[in-house]
Amino acid sequence: MLAGEAGSATPEYMEEMRKKFGLDKPLPVQLAVYLKNVIQLDLGYSFRHDMQVTELIIDRFWPTLILMVSTILLAVGFGVLLGLFAAINLNTWKDSMVSVFALITYATPLFWVGLMMIILFSIKNDWFPTSGMENSAMFYEGFERVKDIAHHLVLPTITLSLFYLALYTRMMRASMLEQYGQDYVITARAKGVSERRITFVHVLRNALLPVVTMAGVQVGALIGGSVIVESVFAWPGLGMLAFESLFARDLNLLLGIFLLSSALVVAVNLVVDVIYCFLDPRIEVN
Amino acid sequence: MSDFWKRFSRNRQAVLGLIILCVVIFVAAIANFIFPTDPFLYSKFPLSAPGENGFLLGSDSIGRDVASGIAHGAKTSLLIGLIATLAAVFIGVIFGAFAGYYGGIVDDILMRITEVFQTIPSFVFAILLVAIMKPSIESVVIAITVVSWPAVARLVRGEFLGLKNREFVQACHTLGMSDVRIMLAEILPNCLSPIIVIGSLMVATAILIESGLAFLGLGDPNVMSWGFIISDGRSMLRVAWWICTFPGIAILITVLAINLVGEGLNDALNPRLRERN
Repeated sequence: MLAGEAGSATPEYMEEMRKKFGLDKPLPVQLAVYLKNVIQLDLGYSFRHDMQVTELIIDRFWPTLILMVSTILLAVGFGVLLGLFAAINLNTWKDSMVSVFALITYATPLFWVGLMMIILFSIKNDWFPTSGMENSAMFYEGFERVKDIAHHLVLPTITLSLFYLALYTRMMRASMLEQYGQDYVITARAKGVSERRITFVHVLRNALLPVVTMAGVQVGALIGGSVIVESVFAWPGLGMLAFESLFARDLNLLLGIFLLSSALVVAVNLVVDVIYCFLDPRIEVN
Repeated sequence: MSDFWKRFSRNRQAVLGLIILCVVIFVAAIANFIFPTDPFLYSKFPLSAPGENGFLLGSDSIGRDVASGIAHGAKTSLLIGLIATLAAVFIGVIFGAFAGYYGGIVDDILMRITEVFQTIPSFVFAILLVAIMKPSIESVVIAITVVSWPAVARLVRGEFLGLKNREFVQACHTLGMSDVRIMLAEILPNCLSPIIVIGSLMVATAILIESGLAFLGLGDPNVMSWGFIISDGRSMLRVAWWICTFPGIAILITVLAINLVGEGLNDALNPRLRERN
C-alpha cells in the first residue's frame, strides 16, 4: 500500500519493503515479534506519522485524560444528585421527569448529541467553539490558556457525560431505594432520627458504593465514547488519533491505542478496588 | 400466554415502545414500495430544505433523499441488530451453559476467556475488528457479536449454576438422560426469560454500535444506514441541519422503543422482580 502511494511498485521493491517490515516471515513469528516488542513497551512504528507509536500515544494522552476526568466528575456528580433527587421524590412527577430524561439520553447516539450541540451552541448561537482544544493562533499563556482550553472543553464534556449521566442516575436511584428497605433505616426511624438525616447521613453513604464500582467498570465504555466524541469535536486526543489511523490504514497505531486502552481499563479497575476498601472497611485487599 | 400479555400491557411505557417499534419495522418493510428508487440515487436538487422540491425531510449535498435513506437505513439497522444479537446469544449460551453445568476447570477456562473479552473496551475492539476485516455488513455483524456475547455468557452461567442441582435435574440424571439433553431440553427452557430480556436490550446496543461504526466510516459502503447519512451530512452541518438531525432522531426513537419493550418484557417475565421494587 505504501509502495502504491510512492508510485513505483516494482516486484523487487515490494520484496525489499516486505523484508524491512518483517512481513516475509510466517504469521506466528510476526505475532511473537510484536508481543516481544510490546513487553519492551515498543508498540512499533507509525509509517504515516513517521514516529514511534509509543511516542505518538503519549503525546495525545493528556487531552484524552483531561476530557475523561472532567466527564467522570460531571457524570458521577450530576448522576448522584439526580438519582438522589428522584429517590427522595419517589413516584411523583419529578421522579418521572428524571426517569424519562435518563431513558432518552440512554438511547441517544453520542455523535448525534455532539452534532446537535454544535448546531445549537456554535452555529445558531456563537457561544462555544466547534472543534479543537485551544485557539493556537492566539498564543495564550498561563491562566489565559487554561481558560481557553476550558472553553473548548465544555461541549465535548457535556456530550460524553450525557450517556453516563443516565446510567449513574438510574443506578443511584435504584441503590437508594434498596438501602431504604434495609433494617438499619427502620432502626434509625424507630429511634427518632429525622428523615433528612436518614437520607443524607445513613442511606446516601451506603448507596454511593455500587455507583463508585460502576464508575470503574464503565471506563472501557468511556474510552469507546471518547473516540466518537473526539472525532466529532476534533479534540486532539487518543480517540482522534484512532479515527485518523483508521483513515490512514495505520494498523500499527490503531493496535497500539487498543492495547493501551485495555491496559488502562485494568489499571482503573485496580484503583477502584483499592478505593472501595477505603469506603467499605468490611472488604479487604488480599 | 394471555397471562403474559396482560402483565405486559399493564406497563404503558412498554406498550408505547412496542407500537413505535412496529411502526419502525413497518417502515423498513415497505421501504422498497414507498421509495422504489435506490437511496444512493442523486437528484439535481442538492441541499433542499425539508418540504422543498418534494423532499419530505430534505436532501443532502448531492441531492439524495434523506427520507428515503432513513427508510432504507431502518432495514439495515434492524437486521444488523437482530442478527448480531442472535449470534451473540448463541455463543453466549454455549459458553455459559458449559461453564455453569460442568463447573471446575471447564468453568475456569471458559470464564477467563469471557473476562478477557469483557475487559477490552468494546467499542474500540469493534473498530479494530472492522478495520482489520474491511468494512462490510458481515464484518460489522461479526464485530458486534464478538463484543456483546460475554454478557450473555455470564448471565447463562449464573442461571445454570442455580438450576443444575435442583430436583428436576437430579431426576433427569437418574433417568439416564445425556448431559447435552439435560442442558438443552431441561435447564435452558427454564432460564429463557432472562435471556430474552438481555437479548432485547442487546438489539438496542447493537443498533447504537452499528450507527457509531458507520459514523466513523466503518459501515458497508454499498448499504444505506443511519450512521452513514449522519457522517456524510456532517460537513454540511452549517448549511443543512436536517441531514444530520432526522436520521439521529430515527436512531433515538428506535433504540428508545426497544429499551422500553425490553423493560416491559423484564417486568412481564419476572413478576417476582416487579413486586420487590
